[in-house]
Amino acid sequence: MISAHLPVLQVVVPLVAAPLIVLLRRGLVGYVLAMAASAFVAGSALSLLADVWHGGVISYAIGNWPPPWGIEYRIDAANAFVLALLGVIAVVVAAYARRSVAAEVPAEQHYLFYAMYCLCLAGLVGITVTGDAFNVFVFLEISSLSSYVLIAFGRDRRALLASYQYLILGTIGATFIVIGVGLLYMMTGTLNIADMAARIGAVEARRPVLAALAFLTVGISLKAALFPLHLWLPGAYAFAPSAVSAFLAATATKVSLYVLLRFYFTVFGATFVFDALPMGGVLIALSVAAMFVASATAVFQADFKKLLAYSSLGQIGYITLGIGFASKAGLTGGVVHLFNHAVTKGALFMLAGAVALRLGSVRLDRMDGLAKAMPLTCAGIVLGGLSLIGVPGTAGFVTKWYLVLAALEAGSWTLAFVPVASSLLAVAYVWRFVEVAYFRPPSAEVARLSEAPPGLLLPAGALLVAVVYFGIDPSLTVGAAARAADALLAGIR
Amino acid sequence: MSPETAILLAPALPLAGAVAIALSGRFPNLREATTLATAFALFAVVATLYPAVAAGGRPAVALFDLLPGLPLALAAEPLGLLFALVASGLWIVNSLYSIGYMRGNREHRQTRFYVCFALALAATMGVAFAANGLTLFFFYEMLTLSTFPLVTHHGTAEARRGGLVYLSVLLSTSIVFFLTALIATWHVAGTLDFTEGGILHGRLSNAALGGLLALYMFGIGKAALMPFHRWLPAAMVAPTPVSALLHAVAVVKAGVFSVVKVIVYVFGVRELSGLTSVDWLPVVAGFTIVAASIVALRSDNLKRRLAYSTVSQLAYVVLAAALLTPLSVVGAALHIAAHAFGKITLFFAAGAIYTAAHKTEVSELDGIGRRMPWTMTAFSVGALSMIGLPPTAGFVSKWFILGGAFASGQWVAFGVIVASTLLTAGYFLPIVYRAFFRPAPAPDGHAHGEAPATMVVALTATAALTILMFFFAELPLALARQLAGG
Amino acid sequence: MSAFGHFSYWITMFLLAAGLYIVIARGHLVKKLVGLSIFQTSVYLLYIAPGKLVGGTAPIISDKFTVYSNPLPHVLILTAIVVGIATLALGLALVVRIREAYGSAEEDEILAQDERAARDARAT
Repeated sequence: MISAHLPVLQVVVPLVAAPLIVLLRRGLVGYVLAMAASAFVAGSALSLLADVWHGGVISYAIGNWPPPWGIEYRIDAANAFVLALLGVIAVVVAAYARRSVAAEVPAEQHYLFYAMYCLCLAGLVGITVTGDAFNVFVFLEISSLSSYVLIAFGRDRRALLASYQYLILGTIGATFIVIGVGLLYMMTGTLNIADMAARIGAVEARRPVLAALAFLTVGISLKAALFPLHLWLPGAYAFAPSAVSAFLAATATKVSLYVLLRFYFTVFGATFVFDALPMGGVLIALSVAAMFVASATAVFQADFKKLLAYSSLGQIGYITLGIGFASKAGLTGGVVHLFNHAVTKGALFMLAGAVALRLGSVRLDRMDGLAKAMPLTCAGIVLGGLSLIGVPGTAGFVTKWYLVLAALEAGSWTLAFVPVASSLLAVAYVWRFVEVAYFRPPSAEVARLSEAPPGLLLPAGALLVAVVYFGIDPSLTVGAAARAADALLAGIR
Repeated sequence: MSPETAILLAPALPLAGAVAIALSGRFPNLREATTLATAFALFAVVATLYPAVAAGGRPAVALFDLLPGLPLALAAEPLGLLFALVASGLWIVNSLYSIGYMRGNREHRQTRFYVCFALALAATMGVAFAANGLTLFFFYEMLTLSTFPLVTHHGTAEARRGGLVYLSVLLSTSIVFFLTALIATWHVAGTLDFTEGGILHGRLSNAALGGLLALYMFGIGKAALMPFHRWLPAAMVAPTPVSALLHAVAVVKAGVFSVVKVIVYVFGVRELSGLTSVDWLPVVAGFTIVAASIVALRSDNLKRRLAYSTVSQLAYVVLAAALLTPLSVVGAALHIAAHAFGKITLFFAAGAIYTAAHKTEVSELDGIGRRMPWTMTAFSVGALSMIGLPPTAGFVSKWFILGGAFASGQWVAFGVIVASTLLTAGYFLPIVYRAFFRPAPAPDGHAHGEAPATMVVALTATAALTILMFFFAELPLALARQLAGG
Repeated sequence: MSAFGHFSYWITMFLLAAGLYIVIARGHLVKKLVGLSIFQTSVYLLYIAPGKLVGGTAPIISDKFTVYSNPLPHVLILTAIVVGIATLALGLALVVRIREAYGSAEEDEILAQDERAARDARAT
């Protein structure tokens, strides 16, 4: 019985957990509830993924109001994949948060932190499962507002400013999205995404549809930090508490990219977006710019978390590059990179948090000889870095393979060299860490440090195991991504 | 043991060995015993494959998919087996030598050293037995990464600079060119399996084939084709056993091995031989041979001279493969082995000189032959093999390469080989002359004899192998001949 | 007719542009939030205006009326207003915290302080 309601329960459980935590006002209780909610989301997401693995679609009518009148939750291979990613990351980050939050957030605020964590998770899950365009906006704001708060928990006062800037830009992005949805609603008379997709072809006035596409593209790009609309991201990731950096880097932008996929392929249709309009070219150009400009900026950062943040911007470019090709191989590469980058960057931010815990800073110039004092942490960072570069045997390699293949299929040798050439920039910024941590004698400050506690290392290690496992045997991730690509491309009319 | 099991064990044994070495790190004797035992076991396992392959068998194993449709697959074919035999055999000798060297010089972090060494051997076995391009690439990159800590072993600023060049050249060529070439091949041919006769028949135009070949040849940076040779001299900062590993056992050999493998099994010798768009390759290889020889001639630092000698000798292999005749392909395969024996002897000797006499420059070697007769005799044998004089292994391989050039009437290549033989003699014979016939300088209060015994044993053994390969050339020839189509 | 018939859109666009301009051009953090609110208000109008039909009435089924206004946009915008208020409240709370931490709510001064702090960190 319960299993039929899983689509809605996985939103409701974290959503209810949040106020419960606030009412109980206990840090430990908050942690247990957050962990339980995350585990529930992970379990149900995986079971839903198994259900739609063979191409099925699960439609759930909220309150038994049949769609398109009621709100529909609709799960196909594409969002089931994103859901599974969300669930897994949520559990791992929750496990990490216990020790990390204890060190970075005042004890009397712990329960608030976990409440916000649950809210943010509920919002992200909601965006992913819903089949209603306006619902997307509502859940987007739930996740955004809670993530502003989560960022503001950072110890550094700059976290407040970063949170404020994210609030301004995030709200502008969300408002653009709601304008786009409003225009679509006016033209099609429905908010149900599937219904909208069926009706949009019959709309005669194309100009409002074009305007809707423009607003949605800009709005979602702001939330997904697509170059050049990324200005909020480096500060937000760098100054947020470690657990929050890891969680947001692994999930928030990924979910926004999923929304982009959903609107482009399901609502507007790939023919309209990529054939009638030059959006493919625009996306590819912006992605290439992101992969080079942002990655090059990463090389020159003094703060390790900022370095990772700029690296994220470059890696988001890999995903949007795959989307820009609008082909099976391109989408597979883009979607599988949602996962690959999430686990890689999640692990890296967690390890950066482990460094912050011991060293009290993540400035590279203070990490001299860190590998002597914290060998496991540093080895983990190097392994994650290898995945960012895309060395075979790590998850990042799989992505690169598909993106280059997609470029060749599109007949462009120039673009085929783009993903590989930009990974050289990744070599450069990973080398900066290697040089500092491995080739300098430990400073007196570093020599006193001890290895990070297992509470931080084990969750990060779990993600790194995934990085290696899915780099060597990617049949699961690539299989799921290929199914997602099929589901999205099926929207072509 | 079935051949299939042996193929699986080849990369698995050193991997397991690496774990065992790491675990036994606290007990140096146990650790070194583990290394040696693994090395012996590996050689024995690889040797069991010889009868099957020499009889024409091609045992193969496919494991899980690395990417859909592209399994991690291993197979034994003549060229790979030859390479694996050489590498695993030399690992034994090299381990003996390493023990002497690392203890003699009181090097730090010896456990990490042996672990990385074993990992590098595992990667080398993977390269040797790779049955498709992706598997090859996988182990190729693993080899780069596992040797990086070895190259930067000293951890000094100089090691860091050398390591950076090493890593950036090897990674960037392989990622930007090699990987792209593989994906393009996959896109065009729909397979990456190494197949006799190649997989690209008639699928690409003349110009496209030439371009793809360029991507492969420059992408396989380990073959050190100019202008991507800089990593090899830069890696000279490493301890000597590592240089031996790079130059003789694994790394550069993996490079030229991959080059030959790609030319023979991806393009197909016959496919390429009619094409005009691949004529640049012998030219680039010939230029590399001569230019590197000239640089070697002008270097006073012994290891640097050896490094450029390697660059030049590797280009021989590439040139031989690029001549696209059956004879020269046999020569290419033989030269991989011949150069390995000769060059490892030379490096061992250089390391023995450094350990016993703390000398690194050629100009300091006057009269050293009298103090270290074993070492310098072995050095002379290695030098003769580099030049290509009998009775050494280098003569055999050069004979086949020259034969190939002669048979196909490629007189430029013929001339390049002859000229470079003279150049090679020009930079090696003076060292031999200095060591034995110049008087030693006034005693500097630093009396020394030979290096530690294990080192001397090791370098004598490799010198003996260099000579033995001349007299018993049939063993490797039987394998190499199959490569050229019987 | 057409220019006047679309006058609600003109107002929407004016509010949208004015709000965005304030967000970008003003340095005071509270004023930025005011701009943001104006910007969001434009959306309310964008949704509600098309829902109203000339001569339409509240959607309560009755024999006397045949033309009804669409109630759904009102419901949607009710949600959007709640979101807007929450955003504004959170934004203001952040400004209070920022003022406590920096002693100022002017963006220029705050950035200058961060710049100085970063320089000091490098110097030590």
